[in-house]
Amino acid sequence: MKIKLAQSAIEGSEINQLERVTGEELKRCYQCGKCSAGCPVSFAMDIPPTQIMRFLQLGMFDDVMKANSLWVCVGCLQCYARCPQGCSVANVLEGLRQMVLRKGEDHYGVKEISARFLEKAPQQAIVCGFRKFVS
Amino acid sequence: MKIPYYPGCTLNTVAKDFDLSAKTSALAMGFELAELPQWNCCGATFPLTPDNIIALTAPAKVLSNARLAGDTLTTLCSVCYNVLKRTNKVIRDDKERRSTINGFIEADYDGSLNIIHFLEILRDRIGFEKVKKAVKKPLNGLKAASYYGCMLLRPFEDMGIDDSEAPMIMENLVTALGAEPVTFPNKIECCGAHLAMNNEDIVTRLSGNVMTSAVNSGAEIIVTTCPLCHYNLEKSQPKVAESTPGYKNVPIVYFTQLLGLALGQNEAGLGFDKNQWDARPLLKKKGLL
Repeated sequence: MKIKLAQSAIEGSEINQLERVTGEELKRCYQCGKCSAGCPVSFAMDIPPTQIMRFLQLGMFDDVMKANSLWVCVGCLQCYARCPQGCSVANVLEGLRQMVLRKGEDHYGVKEISARFLEKAPQQAIVCGFRKFVS
Repeated sequence: MKIPYYPGCTLNTVAKDFDLSAKTSALAMGFELAELPQWNCCGATFPLTPDNIIALTAPAKVLSNARLAGDTLTTLCSVCYNVLKRTNKVIRDDKERRSTINGFIEADYDGSLNIIHFLEILRDRIGFEKVKKAVKKPLNGLKAASYYGCMLLRPFEDMGIDDSEAPMIMENLVTALGAEPVTFPNKIECCGAHLAMNNEDIVTRLSGNVMTSAVNSGAEIIVTTCPLCHYNLEKSQPKVAESTPGYKNVPIVYFTQLLGLALGQNEAGLGFDKNQWDARPLLKKKGLL
């Protein structure tokens, strides 16, 4: 895969916004891979946590936004617990979700919830799901 | 001794067995869970972006109301505990956000509340030694795997209830109750959480990893502190059993159900009838019911 690097993208407005929203410093990540190793859902991600951090360091914001990773992350904070640099990929992914949701774009809708799920599901799953997926 | 108590939305509805068995056990241990006269949902997720102030207003309102009832607040659900404790820390330590949040909820809360989990009351205020002495029916021979999940433990610097990689608080409790603790590799792994809403495959895989890991380590019963973990495990079990040769379904119970049982409480006050995988045949077999 060929990657075109551009200083303007690395210092781009989206990357700046992401760092501002999350309070995370993307450049701290030195790619040890502990987050991807510990992540319970990395198997289901188009781009695993370590690579999310690298892509963002390289300014490849649009590629990251196309990945399912931001919607698959459950926010369990295992990545953060094991990061030697104190980075939280979970916070970064939440920041990316927020940047989508704040534009009013929902990832999931009320109508998509199955009746079978609503019958017995704990309220906290519904409230939490809406916080993560709906603007 | 009365301790102000926040049940949260789930314990008031689908996890009534958790609420009931905790209240029963508390009384047997000599204290009362005094439900807050006024409370609302905590929001069920702590916002991971610090600028998302609006998501902090619901838990802040709970905290501000709870402060009127005393200087301590206890809760049972891992998620409520996580959200309330982390929000409380933000309000206590971050003056700017505190003032914004108070502006939204029209209050003047300062973060002076002490948020403790029910497990901490047993360990730190009463002591597991005393719990052990209060046991009337030791759970001898019951192999119990304690499943922690995520929200009770992480992030460590905010939660601090126990080591976030190798916690022992639940194993120490079940040991005090006379049961045999089973440690297993997946005890702090995620169950799939809110993906229950839109991604059943991931939840089945993650909850399956937890259950097969526990059962392969010798567990006869799995003990939880979180209604969402409880739900995901229970619901995933048929599919896990179907796809795992030799797997046998195990009951999944709240730690308070075993606590009440060991304290000699009547079955009616422990909610065993609400569990999807009935623990009673196993408990009868062990001579505990």
